[in-house]
Amino acid sequence: MIEVEGLTKRYGAKLAVDRLTFRVRPGIVTGFLGPNGAGKSTTMRMMLGLDRPTAGDVRIDGRRYENLQDPLKYIGALLDAKGVHGGRSAFHHLLCLAQSNGIPKSRVHEVLHAVGLTAVARRKAKGFSLGMGQRLGIAGALLGDPRILMFDEPVNGLDPEGIHWIRNLMKSLAAQGRTVFVSSHLMSEMALTADHLVVIGQGRLLADTSMADFIQHNSHSYVRIRTPQPERLLDVLDEAGIKAFRAGGGTLEVDGGKAERIGELAAEHRIVLHELSPQQASLEEAFMRLTAGSVEYHAQGGTPPTGWKKG
Amino acid sequence: MSTPQPSMQQQMQQQAAPNWQAAPGPSYTSPIPIVRTHLGHALASEWTKIKSVRSTMWTLGVFLFLMIGLGLLFALITASTDTSMEGESPLVLGVFGPMLGIVCLITLGVLTTASEYGTGMIRTTLTACPSRGRVLMAKAIVFFALAFTVTLVATALVGFAQVAILEGNGAGDPTGEEWLRVTVGVSLYVALFGLLSLLIGSLIRHSAGAITIMIGLFLAPLVIAMFMFAEPLKDVQQFLLEYSIPSQLSVFYGAELSSSGPSGWGPLWIMLGMTAVTFAGAYFLLEKRDV
Repeated sequence: MIEVEGLTKRYGAKLAVDRLTFRVRPGIVTGFLGPNGAGKSTTMRMMLGLDRPTAGDVRIDGRRYENLQDPLKYIGALLDAKGVHGGRSAFHHLLCLAQSNGIPKSRVHEVLHAVGLTAVARRKAKGFSLGMGQRLGIAGALLGDPRILMFDEPVNGLDPEGIHWIRNLMKSLAAQGRTVFVSSHLMSEMALTADHLVVIGQGRLLADTSMADFIQHNSHSYVRIRTPQPERLLDVLDEAGIKAFRAGGGTLEVDGGKAERIGELAAEHRIVLHELSPQQASLEEAFMRLTAGSVEYHAQGGTPPTGWKKG
Repeated sequence: MSTPQPSMQQQMQQQAAPNWQAAPGPSYTSPIPIVRTHLGHALASEWTKIKSVRSTMWTLGVFLFLMIGLGLLFALITASTDTSMEGESPLVLGVFGPMLGIVCLITLGVLTTASEYGTGMIRTTLTACPSRGRVLMAKAIVFFALAFTVTLVATALVGFAQVAILEGNGAGDPTGEEWLRVTVGVSLYVALFGLLSLLIGSLIRHSAGAITIMIGLFLAPLVIAMFMFAEPLKDVQQFLLEYSIPSQLSVFYGAELSSSGPSGWGPLWIMLGMTAVTFAGAYFLLEKRDV
């Protein structure tokens, strides 16, 4: 369990994290979502005692991070794949971490095996690919067999196989009863892994909700219909008490999941349908609407900067 | 979706409230025993770190090469020219080794701390050991012990070789005090200077910057003093000459530039004071700064 209370971080005039309060509970994967620059990494660094909060407090299983004697056994973190000295081998990197927490050497071999780096254990970390570096970082997080795991953008830059591996790993860790806290700026990624969502924008808490609730409230479903006889269909639907709207491109839309009923009505009245498809507004759209007011770096539409001419 | 929902954020925060009170799920218990960690754990960790990077082998390798190479070279040159060393200690010829070798210890000292900032390793280190003072202390002890031991071995080897080589030139047998100064004294002095570099590396958090500062501190006073001809600056020139690091180092070999500067074990106390003050500064800033 991680408890964040009124956490605030100010850099000069800029408020990077603004009175964040939330809890991360065990046994589930909690997604920490926000656009770039929302303060996710700053929050995670404060959770780990790396950055000093301007105000507020973080408790790891009831204790402050700096009071943890052997923190790797309580919380394992993957901050970024870069937290490794490139000149050191994977084995020695993990060994020095293990020694500082009194973790037996045998555990180093175990985690190397778990992440599939045994074969390259003696190779220098700077020769590692992005995916191997990420695996080494995760090996470090798993080293103390901690009850809490924290991953900052773990799938960034990974190939599909690596992404798949990390998703399954996070789910299995949570299934063992551990607390898993993972940040991302991709709603679609969270939808696949997280059970609970904490959404922030410009350092402020925007939402703290279960994934199921978020989907239920935000994935608006409707039925799209194309027909050469729209007027007749509208009348038929109206008679049956179904409200339909004309959408662009000669299509009709009906709120809710009534595709079967519409199909039956059309058949009954011998109306030709070219399309009858249930649709869902994407979670990505819902996320973008939620954070629209708090995105720090807006792109200027889709047009390139003026003044650029070919040749 | 076309209908805007301005109140969505508030809605969701309200929904979230009951979730907070939900009973926590089954908690995981690890088979790895909990231990109370102490400085010993940090020392073991730092020892693994320093011996598992190539830069340690390089800097100490070049250091040994310079110490032993230059020591033997000057002894052999002197021996081959039949220069009389009547009444002099043969150990004085060892002064050139640490003069150049100290640069290697500057580099190793700085890299021990600053490279962690360059690579991002410092975040991993401080996540594993949130007691930052303990990390700095462990780095300082491991580096100092290593630098002291290596220098002690090198100075002792060079000393014995010089005594043997220069016997024919009429050099006298060094006294116990002379032996102590060029071995233990020099080793403590250069290891402390390396430790000072380590602390500057922790303060500056940038390898190239810290190495430049330390080489400047080592050479600049002497170089500046050499070109300080103006009469009103005579006292400043004298001070810079006498207290520059190379001059202090030569004191251990009984090769003082003047009688008014530091003498005997004086340079060691000066270096100890500088290192202690810098340690306090590095400790304070490490505790205070974000990483």
